[in-house]
Amino acid sequence: MSTIPDHGDAGGFRLSQLIYDTRYRSITFQVIAVFVLGYCLYQLYGNARQNFADADLNISWLFLWEPAGYDINQRPIEYNSQSTHLRASTVGAINTIIVAVLACISATVIGVFAGVLRLSNNWIVSKLMSAYVEAFRNVPVLIWILIIFLAMSNAFPQPRSFRGENPDSEMWLGMFAFTNRGVYVPSFINEAGSGIFWAVCLLSIVGVFAYRRYAKKLLYDTGRLLPIGWPSLAILIVPGLVVYFLLGQPVGLESPELKGFNFSGGVHLRLSLIALWFALAIYTGAFIAENVRAGIQAVSKGQTEAAASLGLRPGRIMNLVVLPQALRVIIPPLISQYLNITKNSSLAIAVGYMDITGTLGGITLNQTGRAIECVLLLMLFYLCVSLLISFFMNIYNNAMKLKER
Amino acid sequence: MSDNTNNVSYVRTEFLDPSDPPEAVGGPVKWIRDNLFSSWFNSIMTLLALYFIVRIAVGVYPWFANGVWGTSGLAECREILDGATGACFSILQERWPQMVFGFYPSEEYWRPIVGLLLLAIAAAPVLFWTLPRKMLIFTGIYPFLAYWLVYGGTIIVPIMALVGLVAGYIAFNRVERAYGFFLGLVGGVVAALVVWWIGGLLSAAMPGLIALPEVTTRDVGGFMLNMILGTVCVSLSIPLGIVLALGRQSNLPIIKGFCVIFIEFIRGVPLITLLFVANVMLAYFFPAESNPDLILRVIIMITMFSAAYIAEVIRGGLAALPTGQYEAADSLGLDYTQATRLIIMPQALKISIPGIVNVAVGLFKDTTLVSVISMFDLVGIIRGPILGSTQWTGIYWEVFGFAALLFFVVCYGISQYSQWLERQLQTDHR
Repeated sequence: MSTIPDHGDAGGFRLSQLIYDTRYRSITFQVIAVFVLGYCLYQLYGNARQNFADADLNISWLFLWEPAGYDINQRPIEYNSQSTHLRASTVGAINTIIVAVLACISATVIGVFAGVLRLSNNWIVSKLMSAYVEAFRNVPVLIWILIIFLAMSNAFPQPRSFRGENPDSEMWLGMFAFTNRGVYVPSFINEAGSGIFWAVCLLSIVGVFAYRRYAKKLLYDTGRLLPIGWPSLAILIVPGLVVYFLLGQPVGLESPELKGFNFSGGVHLRLSLIALWFALAIYTGAFIAENVRAGIQAVSKGQTEAAASLGLRPGRIMNLVVLPQALRVIIPPLISQYLNITKNSSLAIAVGYMDITGTLGGITLNQTGRAIECVLLLMLFYLCVSLLISFFMNIYNNAMKLKER
Repeated sequence: MSDNTNNVSYVRTEFLDPSDPPEAVGGPVKWIRDNLFSSWFNSIMTLLALYFIVRIAVGVYPWFANGVWGTSGLAECREILDGATGACFSILQERWPQMVFGFYPSEEYWRPIVGLLLLAIAAAPVLFWTLPRKMLIFTGIYPFLAYWLVYGGTIIVPIMALVGLVAGYIAFNRVERAYGFFLGLVGGVVAALVVWWIGGLLSAAMPGLIALPEVTTRDVGGFMLNMILGTVCVSLSIPLGIVLALGRQSNLPIIKGFCVIFIEFIRGVPLITLLFVANVMLAYFFPAESNPDLILRVIIMITMFSAAYIAEVIRGGLAALPTGQYEAADSLGLDYTQATRLIIMPQALKISIPGIVNVAVGLFKDTTLVSVISMFDLVGIIRGPILGSTQWTGIYWEVFGFAALLFFVVCYGISQYSQWLERQLQTDHR
């Protein structure tokens, strides 16, 4: 640009320069864009104000502090029908996060499993996995959620079939009951000293990581190879067991028991949660399987061969050479799959799981009629969750990324 | 020497046929051993997989084999089956028109069917570029024809809409040559608006000219609604997505900022919340007397949704272009619009076609979400009128299986096309 003689200065400023001179043109366009955009927004705002005045509506957030007046069947925090709409929304938000976290973890497990198996040299297994991936990728998640919900509510027995001398159904291991009202699992009973036990368990998990770090450092510094497998297991289990019996078994399990027509005790995971969790996990698992497969295939064959020629065993080739490189390719699409799970969890409304779309965007919206406020809050919530997930996953991604000099 | 070899009788003159390889290293036995039982772990996997397949087959086969056709209700099916496992396919027989067409008047079914057949012709030149380019003219006419076929009314409306677009394009071409791109754009918009205004007067004056019976938008439903939403929203969102992608890549901070905020906002919220916006909020932002139809509001929101995703795909395509292309266009003396239209976009779009197809498949599947705001698409029809009718209460597998099958066929077809296209593009590059 510097080689072009500057005619503009010679003749003073001309209007045509606003379009033909690159120095001014960008400003011209942006000013025009701002004006057009501002005009459109002003029109929309004017319409909205007019419509609001006509319908005698206003924007107010006070409804959030009024009693909600409806029940929520899954309450992770204290809630009753006299609680406020804000509280109801919070319960919904926590329920959203519960199902999203559960589904993310299980989808990753399913996806990695299916993705690796799809590359297996066993013909029938890889074909089976392709069938799974194609079946789930090509049918809408809403249909899968409905199908799985119906399948579960028809396949699982009613609670009353567990009754009597010769019941039709039996609890699995005597602790888990699968009924068409949901799954009952045992819960922990904490007695005196249980805090110490849980603290020790937590510490032993930290201990495992510390030990692995130490072993790695020793390997890099001195070349001595410490065993990893059984010492980690020992660190994980032994201190917990010792403390458990020293303190006189402070933590017990409470199995669900049949009382009357229903189960009591234990934790009741509702069928809507189980179905939504399972459907999201298995649907997104199919997508993650494709990402994993693409990631592993992206590692060039030369890497495997080079590792083999160094004398590494197949397991170590996978762990030390292929996976670290494949992970770099897998993580970015994995982030967007996690985001998809969070967003798809809003389909809970189809099976009656009370997530934030069901409370704030459903019952609260219909009861109070404050559509704009509710939808805006709903969007804000999902936006914040999405941004938080991408923020943390990007940190992880940057940590894993190839450090180029 | 050569004479000698002919005389020597103990040298064979013809080749022996190669003998078959031993059983163990060739043929099906070898294949099975290599692919199914190469190690003990592999053998266990094979047996597990076989067990799984057999379990499913044994479970599903009687359901299909005992399937009942031709009854008028679930109770009759149960009577015929008499306790045995079996499907009640009669519901598909009786209700398939509803699942495919919604509440569309049954004597007018030929209209959407013709529309679907014409869609195949209109889409062909876009999907396969070896076909004659002249067919693209029909592709351009198709949307207006399809609108007329599906929704009915006088033919003046779609014709004048088309004429308006053509007039706008001609005006744009003329003015652009003389006064440059942006004045051309203004001229085109003005010309189109004038023609549409005249069209509005004409259709009000002659509402009966070559008119098909009008069908209200509420009655257009079933799988047809999914198809309409999918095709309309994807085709509208591609141009919008291109503009957004260019805006995000531009070095004008205000435009870039707006595009980034728009894209990230849309990508951060679930489609359901956008449909809530279409359902309960969007009407407030239109002029009081216009009262836009729900399907129009839904199309607006879904188009914005998919435009954001397509913009990200195209941005990937733009980023994948080597800088040399931009510099070469600059050094030829092309300005921004010329360079973008002639050099950058054709290449960037070509790179992003597989990604766009993926977004299209995802969007097509997501059109089922409109059932949540009580529109009667395929899922809405099934959950509403079909499962709600007294004679079919308690029937699930047949209808949901049918719905899943419909979507599977279309989506699998599109994804196979996408893979074929990817292979075609790969050979082009190498």
